[in-house]
Amino acid sequence: MSDDTETRRAAAQAERLLTAWKTPTGWRYWSAVNNSEVGLWYTTVAFAFFFFAGILGLLIRAQLAVPGNDFLDADTYNQVFTLHGTVMMFLFAVPIFEAFSIMILPEMLGARDLPFPRLSAYGFWSFLIGGVFVCGSILFDAAPKGGWFMYPPLTTEYQDGVGVDIWLLGLSFIEVASIAAAVELIVGILKCRPPGMRINLMPLYAWYLLVVAAMILFAFPPLITGDLLFEMQRAFDWPFFDPDRGGDPLLWQHLFWIFGHPEVYIIFLPAIALVATMVPVFARRPIVGYSWIVLAAVGTGFISFGLWVHHMYTTGLPGLTLGFFSAASVAVAIPTGIQIFCFVATALAGRVIASTPMLYVSGALAIFVIGGLTGVMVALAPFDFQVHDTYFIVAHVHYVLVGGVVFPVTGAFYYFYPLAGGKTLSDRLGRIAFWLMFSGFNIAFLPMHLTGLRGMPRRVFTYEGGVGFDVLNLVSSIGAFILAAGFAVFLWDVLRPKGRQPYSPRNPWNAGTLEWLGEMPDKPWGVRSIPVIESRNPLWDQPNLVRDVDAGRFYLPDAEELKRETLVTSILDAEPIQCLRVPGPTFLTMGAAAGTGGVFIFSTYHWWWLAGLSGVLALGMVLTWLWTGTALIPEKPAKDVGLGTTLPLYKSGPQSVGWWAMFITMMGDMTAFAGLVFGYYFYWTIHEDFPPDPAAGPGVAWPLTALGLFLAAWLLTVLARRWNAGGRRQSFFAALGLACLLTVAGTAALATGPAVTGLDPTAHVYPATVWVLVLWVGIHAAVGVVMLLYCIARGFAGKLTPQWDIDIHVVTLFWHFLAVTVLVTVATLAGFPLVA
Amino acid sequence: MADPQRLDLPHDARDPPPRARDSLWILPLAPTVWALHFLASYVTGAVWCAKVAGYGGPLGDARVLVGIYTAVALAIIALVGMAGWRRHSYGDATAPHDFATAADRHRFLGFATVLLAALSFVATLLVALPAVFTGSCR
Repeated sequence: MSDDTETRRAAAQAERLLTAWKTPTGWRYWSAVNNSEVGLWYTTVAFAFFFFAGILGLLIRAQLAVPGNDFLDADTYNQVFTLHGTVMMFLFAVPIFEAFSIMILPEMLGARDLPFPRLSAYGFWSFLIGGVFVCGSILFDAAPKGGWFMYPPLTTEYQDGVGVDIWLLGLSFIEVASIAAAVELIVGILKCRPPGMRINLMPLYAWYLLVVAAMILFAFPPLITGDLLFEMQRAFDWPFFDPDRGGDPLLWQHLFWIFGHPEVYIIFLPAIALVATMVPVFARRPIVGYSWIVLAAVGTGFISFGLWVHHMYTTGLPGLTLGFFSAASVAVAIPTGIQIFCFVATALAGRVIASTPMLYVSGALAIFVIGGLTGVMVALAPFDFQVHDTYFIVAHVHYVLVGGVVFPVTGAFYYFYPLAGGKTLSDRLGRIAFWLMFSGFNIAFLPMHLTGLRGMPRRVFTYEGGVGFDVLNLVSSIGAFILAAGFAVFLWDVLRPKGRQPYSPRNPWNAGTLEWLGEMPDKPWGVRSIPVIESRNPLWDQPNLVRDVDAGRFYLPDAEELKRETLVTSILDAEPIQCLRVPGPTFLTMGAAAGTGGVFIFSTYHWWWLAGLSGVLALGMVLTWLWTGTALIPEKPAKDVGLGTTLPLYKSGPQSVGWWAMFITMMGDMTAFAGLVFGYYFYWTIHEDFPPDPAAGPGVAWPLTALGLFLAAWLLTVLARRWNAGGRRQSFFAALGLACLLTVAGTAALATGPAVTGLDPTAHVYPATVWVLVLWVGIHAAVGVVMLLYCIARGFAGKLTPQWDIDIHVVTLFWHFLAVTVLVTVATLAGFPLVA
Repeated sequence: MADPQRLDLPHDARDPPPRARDSLWILPLAPTVWALHFLASYVTGAVWCAKVAGYGGPLGDARVLVGIYTAVALAIIALVGMAGWRRHSYGDATAPHDFATAADRHRFLGFATVLLAALSFVATLLVALPAVFTGSCR
């Protein structure tokens, strides 16, 4: 083939790729689901919330600048500090990592997109709607005011208004978005790496994200459980946290902090992952201790789940319990320290190039180490008794989070900005912003250690003059405004018009990882062809990689059918196994998020009809989305993806990405369920008569009947999958239909037990706990029935056949988990009263 | 590697892959044992103090139980660590295990397992210490 012919062929290929991956224009732009658009929106909105919460922080510091100030009244102040913490944690720190990873992870993996782009878009719209709802409340004097951890009984008995409900429902909704991101990231990292990128060659950023996504599955669901219990108490008077009726506020503290402490690491690890990405680039050498950093990421992920009680040292738990958590809190310093040493070693072993991102990284490490050391101090129970709920803790948390998150993220903003905008930010402004931020931060927060040690409690709207707090507070307030000035400079640098500025050169930092393959400005296809990887830093070690990628000499250089495609590879060795078609732009995800948002928002005001209608809207949108966009039967079973490789276009069962998504989602679901069951046994440990003796209900017969019916439905679902595969279509339909009926009957039987034994959920915590477990099973049974009906409909429509059977595999997997849920519920409700 | 046509050539020929099938699940094994040990110790202490001894009562057998958990957990972690070490020492390549071969991926998984087992071992010992120094449910 002559050069000319090859050039023309490559140009035609590129044209087709551009058509397939074209970003919608005009008002349809907002229907985009591609990672670069959604990632950009996500980042922008998260930063908008950051600046909003930052201004709230300035209001706090303005109020506290002088003693006896009346700039804010006590009630407004409570709303301001509650929203400051809530927004920073839930609407900035967690979403910004999701935003960054949606934007850069596919590029880093040389993937065209993550496997579920519409799920990312749904997560984004959920985040936007929930976030605006929570933030907007302060404009109507209706914001939550119980602090960012909302302790009852303060928030159940002493605070009127819908503020607490806004917090509970708004944030539950946003947690759904985080779990969606976790599913996307785990499947993306494990299954969508470029060929050759074996697990030992994966960028450290991907390792960290994998750990964090797994942590989300085990950390966020307990809070969803807590929110459910809390809202049942507020809306329907079920007394989970009311001591008069057997409840216990401590259960909320447990559920909140089982979420809350890992959450600190969920936001810290992705930020430190950015550091791990930037340090080798500016040290001009591969990272020192790659395996050690993997150890640190995985180890921190685990140990961070053993720390939650260190927020509860002063609640009167036995000393032994405090000891266990204190030990784990000290142990977590080991992996945290290891990664810091690896970064320092990399910098020392290389030749560090001075640059703006590296400046922020250095500042981050300095501040974070101080926060880490005060962390070890407060991990020791006797010291914590002294400083609990004082400004020492405020100082500690800000050192950890600003050093561990804000500085790395700002540095990464400078680093990755060319990828998003094609232009670089100003070095000079970056340095000015850094020094303002760094000095302002330390002026603001270093004195707070002393303010705290002198005894100033957190969350007070003012203080007496002349008791030793005056000067320290004034200094802190001045520092806060210097810090804010730094962010103002940063904001100007981002927003200033850059029309006349030339595009950045390609790979401006001379980095080694794949995201820098992109052209400036970048094309919507992500990568021209998906390369074969042989190194941890392919751009450094594989000569001509960029040239060959651009020439389309690797995988998927073409989009013959004008469809969006990316590669699915094996988990350990990244061998290509499937050509995955990913869906394109749609407004369905926005509609589904609006519907889901309606359910949560209208429930806040107890407008049940509207909430129900929104639920129906959300269900309709999700079903349409699934029906039209998933498990599509390809026009041919396999296609040539380049380099002489032919890959299937459809994979079913445990090899399909949908199966993995369901598995991961259900792991999170089981964790939430475990939280509910934990509640049951928690009440057993604190009460002499829980469950009551003689048993008040629900008896044994009805729960056992329910168990039998559910297990039969589960068995029929499993059989239906086998019969479908064997071509026995009538048996398949009959089994699914019967399974639906059995599920309805099983749910009814499970509810009959507590109903006929007269368990009143508002009377005492025991009936409330029984009913909430029944409710949980009921909701899942309803989802299970919808899934079975969906499979029946798909079967009739010819979209689910013996050969093309992803749907029934995924639904069967859901049913395995549902069967376990029912089994544990019945064992607890019917069995435990007999044993106890 | 200038010629992309050659990129898919097996480098494994120079460094033959191990016969055993690997799994990513080996990595979380040792920390999971740590987590189970932690949970068991915490639940034992909490239930003992709530149901058996009462506030301020003696810990007694609860400490023995924590000791037994610790011995079992440390033994399992050590076994996992040894399995990791065998993988790490496969063939004759040394760390950092960053070659694009199945054999080096096998070694990497082994080495990371060893490191995680070491961390889990130390962390398990740390968590067991309160049971050594605490005698009552106060």
